[in-house]
Amino acid sequence: MTLSHFSAALVFAAFSSVVFGITQRNTPREMFRYGLKCFAFFLAGTLAGGWLMWLLRH
Amino acid sequence: MAKAPAAKARPAPPLTAMSVFAPAVGWLIPGAGHLIQKRWIRGLLLMASVTIMFVLGILMEGKVYSPNVGDILDMLGFVGDVGAGGLYIVIRALDIGRGAINLATADYGTKYIIVAGLLNVISAVDAYHIAIGKKP
Repeated sequence: MTLSHFSAALVFAAFSSVVFGITQRNTPREMFRYGLKCFAFFLAGTLAGGWLMWLLRH
Repeated sequence: MAKAPAAKARPAPPLTAMSVFAPAVGWLIPGAGHLIQKRWIRGLLLMASVTIMFVLGILMEGKVYSPNVGDILDMLGFVGDVGAGGLYIVIRALDIGRGAINLATADYGTKYIIVAGLLNVISAVDAYHIAIGKKP
């Protein structure tokens, strides 16, 4: 099975965010919000890291 | 200067059968620690997340670490992998997960497997917190 770097990072972010959301908050609403927040941070970090590497290369 | 009053020691959580059983079962079968406490949705989501991550790691031909006393990163890799509990035991029994060093995505697979184990440990700790009443 082959995933691209970006899709592998997205799948990783999605499942990790689900677990973080459920385990780090107490109510379903807070869990959902925290999970979304984690996913957004993962995604932002991935994009920022990608652009940083692009800048370093050029 | 006056000393701050000593913080009151928290009473130890009650040792119940569930507080021992839930994290143990949760480690062995991802999400089961929540399921036996009737947290159905949480348990199923945790089970799906950890299991799918672990299986994707295997499908990407990631490496499954065996017990070792070599490089520190290999030892930590084993600690992460063994967190997956029953999944790790099954994969080791089937002798799968030798890792393909010629594939770039295999390295992702190795990380998926380690992180699945670590997330499972967090899930088991969460099951313990539910069992002792610290979390609803």
